[in-house]
Amino acid sequence: MAKQLFVGYNERNTFLHRLSGSTKLIGFVSLSIIGMVTFDTRFLLGVLIFSIILFWKSQIKFSEISFIIKVIIGFAAFNLLLVYLFAPGYGISIYGTHHMIFGNPKHYFNLSTEELLYLFNVLLKYTFAVPLALIFLLTTEPSEFAASLNKVGISYKISYSVEIALRYIPNVQRDYRTISLAQQARGYEISKKANLITRAKGAIQIILPLIFTSLDRIEVVSQAMSLRRFGRHNKRTWYMARRFKSADYIALLMILIIVVVGIGLFKVNNGRFWNPFK
Amino acid sequence: MVEPLISFRDFSFKYDSQAEDTLKDINLDIYPGEKVLIAGASGSGKSTLGRVINGLIPHAFPGVIKGSCIVNGKDVATSSLFDLSFDVGTVLQDPDSQFVGLTVAEDMAFSLENDKIPQSQMKEAVAKWANTLSLNDLLKSSPQEISGGQKQRVAMAGVLIDDSKILLFDEPLASLDPAAGLKSMELIDDLASKQNLTVIIIEHRIEEVLHADIDRLIVLRDGKIVADDTPTAILVTEKISQLGLREPLYLGALRHVGVSITDCQDIQHVETIKSPVIDEKLKQWTKNVELSNSVKESTDLLILKNIGFSYDNGKQVINNLNLTIHRGEMVSLVGRNGTGKSTLSNLITGFLTPTTGEMLFENEDMSRLSVKERASKIGYILQDPNQMISKTTVFEEVSSGLVLRAVKNDTIQESVYDILKVCGLYEMRNWPISALSFGQKKRVTIAAILVLNPEMLILDEPTAGQDYEHYTEIMSFLEGLLKQRELTIVLITHDMHLMLEYTTRTIVLGEGHIIMDDEPAAVLTNDDILKRASLAKTSLYTLADRFGLPSADDFVAKFIESERRSR
Repeated sequence: MAKQLFVGYNERNTFLHRLSGSTKLIGFVSLSIIGMVTFDTRFLLGVLIFSIILFWKSQIKFSEISFIIKVIIGFAAFNLLLVYLFAPGYGISIYGTHHMIFGNPKHYFNLSTEELLYLFNVLLKYTFAVPLALIFLLTTEPSEFAASLNKVGISYKISYSVEIALRYIPNVQRDYRTISLAQQARGYEISKKANLITRAKGAIQIILPLIFTSLDRIEVVSQAMSLRRFGRHNKRTWYMARRFKSADYIALLMILIIVVVGIGLFKVNNGRFWNPFK
Repeated sequence: MVEPLISFRDFSFKYDSQAEDTLKDINLDIYPGEKVLIAGASGSGKSTLGRVINGLIPHAFPGVIKGSCIVNGKDVATSSLFDLSFDVGTVLQDPDSQFVGLTVAEDMAFSLENDKIPQSQMKEAVAKWANTLSLNDLLKSSPQEISGGQKQRVAMAGVLIDDSKILLFDEPLASLDPAAGLKSMELIDDLASKQNLTVIIIEHRIEEVLHADIDRLIVLRDGKIVADDTPTAILVTEKISQLGLREPLYLGALRHVGVSITDCQDIQHVETIKSPVIDEKLKQWTKNVELSNSVKESTDLLILKNIGFSYDNGKQVINNLNLTIHRGEMVSLVGRNGTGKSTLSNLITGFLTPTTGEMLFENEDMSRLSVKERASKIGYILQDPNQMISKTTVFEEVSSGLVLRAVKNDTIQESVYDILKVCGLYEMRNWPISALSFGQKKRVTIAAILVLNPEMLILDEPTAGQDYEHYTEIMSFLEGLLKQRELTIVLITHDMHLMLEYTTRTIVLGEGHIIMDDEPAAVLTNDDILKRASLAKTSLYTLADRFGLPSADDFVAKFIESERRSR
């Protein structure tokens, strides 16, 4: 079986699980935005520690997410490498000073403390949001996703498409398996025994029937939905929506404080960058 | 005088995509509280009629309407689909597709959400209907965790929650096993009387639907109403079989033994039908007919020894299964959904590898054969032909297996033409597959497997969703193959009639192993097995029991044999 790439909800009883999905979504989105904008290392470190503490509190087991974490680490490392290779002197041009570790600022390849700080900031940006995203995904019931998206202002038709996708992914997976087995019996080789072109051809033989089967299903599902008045009004209510409780307001207040601190630092730093070299 | 709830006047409808009217001159009144069965063969227009009542026509399926159809005072042509949905609750044929929520409770509340009902009221309504339909323990379950019958109950709850007074079922029996189907009909019956519903059921399986107390039977043919009366009045005549539908088995049997149905009373149910002569005629006929006891020489084709299988998560699906299939047999494999029927066929075809045991095919160990190699010996045909077809024309589709086995072009053409002739598809060899009917597509998928020259076929629900005419067409085709090509056929099925009429041996799978392996007639008299495998008796048994025949088993076997002979 393939490793589980889609991380799933696990029922536990922590304060994070009890928070409304919308609160978690708002927190994730607003912290991500402020974190992406700022280059204040102190602030980023603070937010990272904050999100790691939250993650620890959520009681999510490392085994549940180990695969996705590995993917993210690999991706981040690769990205940092490219950022450095394409512009090794970027740190110097941002901070305006040069404390060289090796090389000369006049050459293309060099390494400065400024560049290291810049790369460290980038690394922090990649990492601090990951625990937050995982918290949102793993402590929010899938049923609540759509309601949460809708509450933060996304139209309910788009929000509901997320729910529908979650609902029918297992059906499509099952169809895929069935079709794939039938095609293999006919003689299409899609295992590693065959070469790439043969496998690609085999895959097409599966995808065509899969598309047709799925189109049929979509037609029936959309009929079923309109027969039950989906799309009748501009708004709809949600059976699974969670009402904001005092904990949600406290959480939102904390998020607001963090965001305000982040913005305040722009003023202190005279811009997005915190510059310890001055 | 009571006003009709639904009223068609000189109603005709033509889909924009078709050249001719699908419904022609329909005049029909349905009154409050009636339970109506709309029957008809595939293509008779019965589903179209249902779509008019729930408003999908003309709103989702555009076309030309002549005449009028009024549903609870609203003209369908001018009212919106949403308005009509308050009057008519529709339960679609495939309850899995209708299930749009991630959990049972959400799905039940779906229409209320769309009506902007506050959450607290939704919770109340869901609790109420969960109670009525015994769904309380399932409210948090996902659609993958519940059975077909349960999904159908969720679908009913999801439309009843609107308090709509008309309940429309599109082929409610199509995706249920026999026992669940009967239960479902009983539930519909019960709900209708308790909630004062008007129920419209669109089905071609008349006998099973009549298990509920249906007030009126309407039969469509070629878009016209050809019968509209009480079930009793129609059943007395032989109209149903003349219209290409299947009349209830017990009536057929009684006619067969020489009872005139006109002289009988209360003929709507096998439990109530009576006449002074039934008793005597049945006994006499049974005494006079001799079973031909042809003992066939049988050679073993496929032998499974101590097969066990468990998934990676340790769940044991098959344990200690022993089975021998003989050459030239037509065998039915039955059992409750989820007992491992598909797992078993996947083990035989090599998609899965057994954890224990061995499999022999013609005394050769199968474990060394790849999926592709096995496919040349044992062909597996899926229930839905659309899941198997990957080419655009008949010839391409049927030849693809040979092309992949690098057979020479001339040989390919020759073998494909041969098979197409056998399957009655030769004239259509260059047709695009999209132009074929369901039955023809089914034959294409069978031809595509036969061309590999297998000795054995496994077919998953070959007749599911087919009306009697197409059912007979597919089954006679398979029977012909069996004789002409000395094939061995295993049918996975829920259809008790099919199992009785066409197969000579039934294997009942339950709890991961074989719980019975006997003649179909014997399986259907074993109450314990019927219950464990979620099967249902056919009315022939009830008939034999009620009129005190010495052995129900014997009577059924004789009746089936004489039916086969007359076929």
